[in-house]
Amino acid sequence: MRIRSHPIIDFKKRKELPFYFEKKKFVGEEGDTIASALHAAGVKTLTKSLKYDSPRGFFCGIGKCSSCLMRVNGVPNVRTCIAPLKEGITVEMQDKLGLLPDAEFFDKPKKTLQVNVLVVGAGPAGLCAALESAQHGASVLLVDENQCVGGQLIKQTHKFFGSKQERAGTRGIDIAKELENNVLQLQKEGKIQVMTDATVIGYYESDKNHRFGVVQRCEYLNSLYDVRCDAAILACGAMENMLLFPGNDLPGVYGAGAVQTLMNVYGIRPGDRVLMVGAGNVGLIVSYQLLQAGIAVDRVVEAAPVIGGYNVHAAKLRRCGVPIMTSHSIKEVCGDEKVEGAVIVRLDENWKPIKDSEEYIKCDTICLAVGLTPSTRLLSQIGVDSEYIPEAGGYVALHDDSMQTSISGIYVAGDASGIEEASTAMIEGKIAGLAAAIDLGCTKNKKLLTQYREELAHLRAGPFGEKPRIAKKKIAKMKETHHASI
Amino acid sequence: MHQYEKTGILCSKDFQIPTEEQLKKGVAILECVQEIPCNPCVASCPVHAISMKDINAPPMNDFEKCIGCTKCVGICPGLAIFVIKKVGKKAWVTLPYEFVPVPKVGDTVQALDRTGSLRGTALVKKVIKQGKTMVITIEIESTFAMDIRNIRV
Repeated sequence: MRIRSHPIIDFKKRKELPFYFEKKKFVGEEGDTIASALHAAGVKTLTKSLKYDSPRGFFCGIGKCSSCLMRVNGVPNVRTCIAPLKEGITVEMQDKLGLLPDAEFFDKPKKTLQVNVLVVGAGPAGLCAALESAQHGASVLLVDENQCVGGQLIKQTHKFFGSKQERAGTRGIDIAKELENNVLQLQKEGKIQVMTDATVIGYYESDKNHRFGVVQRCEYLNSLYDVRCDAAILACGAMENMLLFPGNDLPGVYGAGAVQTLMNVYGIRPGDRVLMVGAGNVGLIVSYQLLQAGIAVDRVVEAAPVIGGYNVHAAKLRRCGVPIMTSHSIKEVCGDEKVEGAVIVRLDENWKPIKDSEEYIKCDTICLAVGLTPSTRLLSQIGVDSEYIPEAGGYVALHDDSMQTSISGIYVAGDASGIEEASTAMIEGKIAGLAAAIDLGCTKNKKLLTQYREELAHLRAGPFGEKPRIAKKKIAKMKETHHASI
Repeated sequence: MHQYEKTGILCSKDFQIPTEEQLKKGVAILECVQEIPCNPCVASCPVHAISMKDINAPPMNDFEKCIGCTKCVGICPGLAIFVIKKVGKKAWVTLPYEFVPVPKVGDTVQALDRTGSLRGTALVKKVIKQGKTMVITIEIESTFAMDIRNIRV
C-alpha cells in the first residue's frame, strides 16, 4: 500500500514503528498517524456505526469528522487520523461511545501563557497571520492540532496559480516549507511560539483581555494552558462536505482531501481504482494527483451541466484518458464491508435522476469533492455574529475588511471566513495579522494593509472569483447592519 | 456556452493558432482560455512575447516575437503550454510531463491526443528538468502536430 515511486515527492522508507491493533502486532513508519499506519497495513475499518453497527473508516482525514475514533492505550475517542503513531502503543476498536478511562489526563498545575496574538490553525492563513503579526513586533502563539504546521498546503503537490509576487508557479508543498522555515526563524528569535499537536478547547471568562484554554497532547500526560491574549486570529480552516446516498459511510468512501492526505503526506495508496465525485478544482486536481501516484481514476462525475474547475485542470485529466461526465451523479455505493463498486446515474436539466440511466462501475474507492464548509465552532462558542452565506460555504463569522469579527480583537482568516483558495487565504492571513498588530500599537503601517487589500481584490476580480466576491460583499454589508442595530 | 466547459477539451477555434511559417520557426501554443488569476508565463518569457491585459485575462502570444524557447512550458502551473515546431514531414512537440517513469532521449513512447486516445508512436528528442516538471520534446508525424498533447511511457 506504500507509494515508493512518485514524480513530485520523494517517499523514503522511514524508521519502522511496531504497534498493536486488536492484540496483533503491526508495523508503521515514523511520521505516520495511527490511521495512516493501519491503512498501509490494509486496515480501513476503524470503527462501527453507533446505530447500525456497520463498519466505518475515516472520511476527512484531518481530525474533523470523528469517524476514526479509537481507543489508544486505554484512552477512548482518540482521533486516530491525526494522532501520531508511537512505538509500542495499543490500538483497539472501541465499544460504541467508549468508556471513561480511569486515568489522569493532565499534568498539574495548568500553565499560564501571556501573548499579544493567539493564532489558531497553522495552515496558509494562520501561518501568514502569525508571521505578519510577529514581523511587526507582536508576540505570537501559533497553535495547531496536527503534528506539523502547514495545514492543507502540505499535500498540495501541484503548482499554485496566482500572481508571480504571491509565489504562483510554486507548489503548495514548497510554500508550506518556506512559511514553516520563516516561522521557525522567528521562533528562534523568540517572536513566535509554535505549539503543534494541540487543540484550543474553548474561550473563557476574563476580566480584561481574551482568554482561551489550550490542550497540548503529550505521550503520557497532556498539558493544559491558560492563554491570555490581546487579540486572536482564528484560521481554523474547513471541513469537506458529505453527500447523501446509500453506502456513503462504507470504509473506502473518502473526502477528496482525505485521499490527498493519505497519498501525498503519508505516501499510502487509498485504493486501486477511484470514482471521483465532483469536477470542481479540488476534484480535478486530486484526480490528477491520484494518477501521479499510480492509482487508476475510473472517471469523474459532476452533477452540474458544466465542469466547475479550471479548464486547464480538466484538460490535464482528459489527455490522460480520464472521462469527465457532467450531469451525472453517484446513486449508491455497493459492497458489504468495504466499497466494491458504485452506481452512477444521469441527471436531467432539473438535476433529477433519469430513469434507466444507471451504470455500474467497479471501483474500491469513492472520493467526494463536493465542496467545503467553514469550521466555525470556536467562533460560535466565542459568540461572534454569524450568518449563513451560501456563497461562503455555510455559516461564517461576519467580518470587516481587516478580518475583524463583531467582537473587538477577534479576527478570522482563510477558509474559516468563507471557502476560497489558498492564495487568497494567505493574503487574508496577512491582513488579519497586520491589522491586529496595528490595533495593538505595534506598527502604524496602514499603507501595507491597503496594498494587501488591493492584491486580494485583484485575485478575486475574474469570473472564478465571483462567488467569494459576492460572499465577502454580503459579509461586510451584514456586519455593518448588525453593528448599526446594536 | 463553450463545448470545453462540458468536455474539458479545447478545439482549434478556442485558442490562437499560428501560421505554417510561424510553426516552422517553432512557437508556444497557449491552451489557456479562461479568465483565471495567474501570470507566471508572462514573466518567464525572455522576449516578452506573452502578454496579459491584467492578471485575470487569458495570456496572448505574439507568434512573431516568440522564439519557441520552451521556457514557459515548465513554468505554467496549469501545464497548458506546448511548443510546436514543424521540421519537414515531422513535427516536434514540447510538452510538460509530471509522471514516473521519465523517458530517456531516444526512447519510443506512445503519443496521445487531448482525449488520451493513442494516435501513434513518438520519438523522444529532448528531456529537460524544470523543477519537478519534466519538459519533454517528442518527434511525431507533422499532420498530428496540433493533436498530440501527451505521452505514455
